[in-house]
Amino acid sequence: MNDIIKFDNKLSIEKSGEGKRGFSFKKAAPKAGIPQGAARTTRPRLPELSEFDVVRHFTRLSKFNFSVDTHFYPLGSCTMKYNPKINEEVSSFDGFTHTHPLAMDACAQGTLEIIWDMEKRLCELCGMDAGTLWPVAGAHGEYTGILLAKKHFEELNRSRDVPSPVKNEEGTVPIHSDRVNRDEIIVPDSAHGTNPATASMAGFKTININSAPDGRIDLEVLKARITPKTAVIMLTVPNTLGIFESNIAKICEMAHANGSLVYMDGANFNALIGLVKPGELGVDIMHLNMHKTFSTPHGGGGPGAGGIMVKKALIPYLPAPRIEKKGGSFSVNEDLPLSIGRIKAWFTNTQVLLRAYAYLLMHGPKQLREIAENSIINANYIKSGLQDLFPPYSREYCMHECVLAPSKELTDKGIRTLDVAKRLLDYGYHAPTIYFPIIVHEAIMIEPTETESKETMDAFIAAMTKIHSEAQKDPEFVKKAPHTMPVKRLDEVEAARKPNIRW
Amino acid sequence: MFISNTETEKKEMLRAIGAEKFEDLIKQVPGKFLGSRFDLPEGLSEMETYNRMKELSLKNRNLKSFVGGGAYERYIPSAVKALISRGEFLTAYTPYQPEASQGILQTIYEYQSSMCALYEMDCSNASMYDGSTAFAEAVKACVRINSRKKILYASTMNPRYLDVAKTYFSNPEYEFTAVPAENGAINPEKLKAMLDESVSCVAVANPNYFGVIEDVEALAKAAHEKGALAVCVADPLSLAVLKTPGAAGFDFAVGEGQSLGLPLSYGGPYLGIFTCKKEYVRQMPGRICGMTKDKDGKRGFVLTLQAREQHIRRDKAASNICSNQALCALSAAIYCAIMGPEGLRETALLNNHLANFAAEELAKIKGVKLKYGRPFFNEFVLELPVKAAELREKTACKEGVDPGLDLAHLGKGFENSLLVCLTETKNETDVLNLKKAVEANLAVEAKI
Repeated sequence: MNDIIKFDNKLSIEKSGEGKRGFSFKKAAPKAGIPQGAARTTRPRLPELSEFDVVRHFTRLSKFNFSVDTHFYPLGSCTMKYNPKINEEVSSFDGFTHTHPLAMDACAQGTLEIIWDMEKRLCELCGMDAGTLWPVAGAHGEYTGILLAKKHFEELNRSRDVPSPVKNEEGTVPIHSDRVNRDEIIVPDSAHGTNPATASMAGFKTININSAPDGRIDLEVLKARITPKTAVIMLTVPNTLGIFESNIAKICEMAHANGSLVYMDGANFNALIGLVKPGELGVDIMHLNMHKTFSTPHGGGGPGAGGIMVKKALIPYLPAPRIEKKGGSFSVNEDLPLSIGRIKAWFTNTQVLLRAYAYLLMHGPKQLREIAENSIINANYIKSGLQDLFPPYSREYCMHECVLAPSKELTDKGIRTLDVAKRLLDYGYHAPTIYFPIIVHEAIMIEPTETESKETMDAFIAAMTKIHSEAQKDPEFVKKAPHTMPVKRLDEVEAARKPNIRW
Repeated sequence: MFISNTETEKKEMLRAIGAEKFEDLIKQVPGKFLGSRFDLPEGLSEMETYNRMKELSLKNRNLKSFVGGGAYERYIPSAVKALISRGEFLTAYTPYQPEASQGILQTIYEYQSSMCALYEMDCSNASMYDGSTAFAEAVKACVRINSRKKILYASTMNPRYLDVAKTYFSNPEYEFTAVPAENGAINPEKLKAMLDESVSCVAVANPNYFGVIEDVEALAKAAHEKGALAVCVADPLSLAVLKTPGAAGFDFAVGEGQSLGLPLSYGGPYLGIFTCKKEYVRQMPGRICGMTKDKDGKRGFVLTLQAREQHIRRDKAASNICSNQALCALSAAIYCAIMGPEGLRETALLNNHLANFAAEELAKIKGVKLKYGRPFFNEFVLELPVKAAELREKTACKEGVDPGLDLAHLGKGFENSLLVCLTETKNETDVLNLKKAVEANLAVEAKI
């Protein structure tokens, strides 16, 4: 991966030298008031290093890593687009970073204005009526959205309660005769794992439905599974095969006719931005991933931000607090009797939102549409360049990503998707998402995003083509890939059998 | 805006695809959904964006602040900021391809190890969203383990953590009961009296919301005597000098990692620290990194124990968490490495010293006294002769000092209570200036 710096995998604690210091206040506290029984009696086993030792250690580690800045990273469903540098600078202005979450509203007007304005812009972009930017990740947004749905049905049930004719000491006791217990959420088999996990976490039963052969929701199957117990249908649009749910309007109609809600997983919003408003499709609740569509960096797995957008009927239940504008000033309202409550101690991953806001400021309607257009063109370009060697799941044009699989020539030689993925690393490309969606055998899910150039994609197609021929000539060589990374394939079974998760 | 391809290249690509124009590619989208109007402002240039953001940042007013309450103004060594800004860390994704992500994986392993060392617990995951969601997930893990329905929590905990936990338990079959406080802390005997075999877990915070140091060992012991699990929320920096959750016998220990090298940033991104005893490792939510060997026997790192996670177990997963706070965990790992055991201890003692000094000085003001006569870490509650919110507003307007958090949100008896926080970013002079500011505004009050 990097010939200049030799990979050493010593831990910082193994480089530790007793008495070394990386930081000091140069003055000891003259007195402290920790009672003896309440004091720590041991010394934490942390590295003892100079500042320079630490800088070199972590800088070297950074080199043994693929990233968007250094490598093409076509990880399907993750939207690994370029993360503009301006976002980093403006989100780190002192005025933003020094503001305490419990600062008085008057001292946080700038940040409050941004959150307020951003919510409005995102509502317009999604064709929804209101939103909240408190969720800090897609899955956190899903959970919040499903709790809103749960609350919505609870309130509906409450409104159906009729007073009992018999009075006790506390007054009338309602009779719950007309309650509908909606405890099921329908999730297609192509969904992200977070969808069913969210449903369970919120106390719902997941009803999995099989997709039709074209990868879309099978309306007949759906019809059979929608019942009075159905609370929500959770969909991803475009779905994880990169296919638009062309029957979405019909699906939403079916849901609404049954009194159910439609939740849209917005992980793939990059395909729709500036092009289609999900609200117009009939969606009731959706989440957005700032770290996907809105260009904030993934940071090795986070932090992200995942606001949700809703239709009018769900506004009263949005999580606390709400930001309100009165005259020219902004305030935090905590008095929300119907709210589902707080979903995080303080607001959100605010600094991530600031990055996404800067990105929004730079994109008017025309530029937003260009994001979707180019992400769709790029995905189709890769698909068409590879389709003879890596047959796609669907022959249709795709949206922002495509799902391929190794051809029969490869599988006959015992070559699996994993082998192709590992060999790609040798060519300097991060592997696409693999073995997902789970409904596609040996799936290779490629999302180039709009920011990659034709030149990069041509080189990627050439690398995949080369791997295809290598795999036929010398399959054993490909099965042993990667050959140029700091480590060879790792023993994951042993890692799980005897977990070593700390020094 | 950030698109590489030219119009000519786009045309070439469409030709290669076999489409005449872009619209051919999206025929699967019903026509009625295309052509929506977007009522949004025109895009700004990079320079205009910079200026607009600068302007907005200046609308925030950063006072000399003594507000804590769970998020703390800390000095962040420059090296931490420089290292986490490296694109190789910043712009990578979750390390799904371990061979191409050894750098990040090793930092996660080092983070997990540092948290285990600070909390003296057996295991740590790779991070949660923040302290409050880590707390909610720990309580969820407890009810999964023992299938009991009752949760006893210390009324001295940060109320926001409770709010979040209650949101996470949207199902009414779970019952949350507060253990009342005595003079700002929980009396273990009182807790014992409330415990029975229906209690799933006892949750406490140390230092607690009032900054007071609790008798954690006795509280954990009381929980275990009735077969309940014990969960502790602890500030990681305080653990350089305070008895750790591990030493006190807790089963789960969580905390807000913002103290370890992260800016305040109006609420985030912060870092949810989640640790537990080894017998519960398979109940941990989120990512876990493990050390293993490659085909040649060389040391390497992978994400492990993934059978707990959503992408494998779907509706049977321990949690739905996918994206976490990896870059914040990296900050914490770097912060711990730079500070080392001595640096952390020095910082914690400095916090404690300044808080004691401030408490002593402020209690000298006429009509002001310490609400609780108990040892504290870096925060304490003052009882004022006036409403704390009013004093706060006046001091902020007139002297540019935010003297602390008013605790009126805790209800009756707290209207005049002010939670004052001291960290290493302040010094004795700041404390004396704070004293002057409070004195001045209380005097004005007295005249009226």
